[in-house]
Amino acid sequence: MPLPQLWRRFLSETGEMSRFTGRFFVQGFKPRYEFSELLHQCFIIGYKSLPLVGLTGFIMGLVLTMQLRPSLVSYGVESELPMMVGIAVVREIGPVITALIFAGKIGSSIGAELGSMKVTEQIDAMEVSGTNPFKYLVVTRVLAATLMLPVLVILSDAISLFGSFIGVNIRGVTSFNLFFKQVFDALSFEDFIPAFIKSYFFGFAVGIVGCFKGFNSSKGTEGVGRSANSAVVVSSVLIFILDLLAVQVTDILGLN
Amino acid sequence: MQAVFTIERKAETGVEPEDVLTIKNLYKSFGSNHVLIDFNLELYKGENVAVLGKSGSGKSVLIKCIIGLLTPDQGTINVLGHNIGELNIHELDEIRTKVGFLFQSNALYDSMTVRENLEFPLRRHWIKLTTAERTGKVKEVLNNVGLAHTIDMMPAELSGGMRKRIALARTLILDPEIILYDEPTTGLDPITGKGISILIKEMGEKYNTSALLISHDMKCIRMTADRIIMLIDGKCYAQGTYEELKKNNDEKVKQFFE
Ligand SMILES: Nc1ncnc2c1ncn2[C@@H]1O[C@H](COP(=O)(O)OP(=O)(O)OP(=O)(O)O)[C@@H](O)[C@H]1O
Ligand SMILES: [Mg+2]
Repeated sequence: MPLPQLWRRFLSETGEMSRFTGRFFVQGFKPRYEFSELLHQCFIIGYKSLPLVGLTGFIMGLVLTMQLRPSLVSYGVESELPMMVGIAVVREIGPVITALIFAGKIGSSIGAELGSMKVTEQIDAMEVSGTNPFKYLVVTRVLAATLMLPVLVILSDAISLFGSFIGVNIRGVTSFNLFFKQVFDALSFEDFIPAFIKSYFFGFAVGIVGCFKGFNSSKGTEGVGRSANSAVVVSSVLIFILDLLAVQVTDILGLN
Repeated sequence: MQAVFTIERKAETGVEPEDVLTIKNLYKSFGSNHVLIDFNLELYKGENVAVLGKSGSGKSVLIKCIIGLLTPDQGTINVLGHNIGELNIHELDEIRTKVGFLFQSNALYDSMTVRENLEFPLRRHWIKLTTAERTGKVKEVLNNVGLAHTIDMMPAELSGGMRKRIALARTLILDPEIILYDEPTTGLDPITGKGISILIKEMGEKYNTSALLISHDMKCIRMTADRIIMLIDGKCYAQGTYEELKKNNDEKVKQFFE
């Protein structure tokens, strides 16, 4: 595609997505609230990503520890290993990697699910069955993704640190208590809170992009695949952009 | 033409026919694609009318306008005495309980069992029923379409014909006064298609409904429809019974009867 056309498409896509997000806020606050469907989605979205998030978190902590050790040993500060890993995981790697995994798992499944519902007229069928499909499908999924990602991040952080503890013990011996004392001594609320807050934004981004792509899916099974795929790509890029913004904001607020 | 039909019918039965659905001067376009151009239609109580037209002639657009899924550019649609364009969402939902819609692609919810699919309209329209009554209703409609054993299955486990029957059951569960069928037999083999046609006819009599049936399947139309409306060039091009239209000499009408 030639550049001007690409640029135009990017702008129109961004505009559409902003409108969609606006619609989310308008519809989200108006009653009838779909509480039971929200709970159902929270369960599905949280539960579905648990194994993957847990596994990647564990490996991340373990590998990071093993990779960092040689450098720290050469500087003679091997004892700082838990602190280094703790800060890296809690402030940056935990939220971002979990969010990316979440985008791959949940973003694509929301995109494909809503896409195929759109293509097979299930969304229209909901509308004639006395249901506002935007509220029932989009608002619940976006809220569930927003609420569940921070929980998954905390969980992933904890499992990562456990992985790191095992990593430390491969070459040396540290007691469980000592390891976690070192980690938590190094961490303060200023490390934890911004990471926690940005996780909400990551979750929101994954939810809204997945729903947007699915809801606007074009006809045919090919359209469904494309929705799922671009949901992952766009939300992953958005996660990095949001991460960049978050670090600027915490910097300005002096939370570093 | 419509006036003539009304008079004929009055002469036949001696009573003024009561119309449940009236469409006047309907226009709908998508950008420069003018799909419906001054379309008119009347559906009388107890009558089955088929709308016949080529693929892409705007049949689905037409019935989506009737149920309020699409907004026409111009014209009025009157369903059971209410002008669809003037209703707020709650009034529209009220009307939608009385108008069943069988989607071209069935639109069964993939993530729900057959039972949940059938219960969905009941729950969402706030129809007050006890659990036992709800189950009773689900079983009743499933029995009527001959698929009582599928109650706990997922839509993916069913064949195309079975899915069509479940979708029909889902429209029947609200006891509608009008049913809109969007190509009920398309994509089914002739035998299954015939079964569906018979079912449509039977259910129409049993539940005492009027039906608007959209199709290009002549066999189905012949079996189920009392009257046929030809949707050509976005208009009600011709109408009449199957026999009447078969004798029509217009080129565009003839195509369908070859
Ligand atoms: N949401 C839409 N946006 C833009 N164009 C549309 C939309 N829905 C339908 N159309 C166009 O309207 C025309 C009629 O479509 P419609 O689906 O009503 O055809 P149909 O008569 O039902 O055909 P088929 O027998 O294949 O189902 C087509 O040209 C289609 O491209
Ligand atoms: Mg159609």
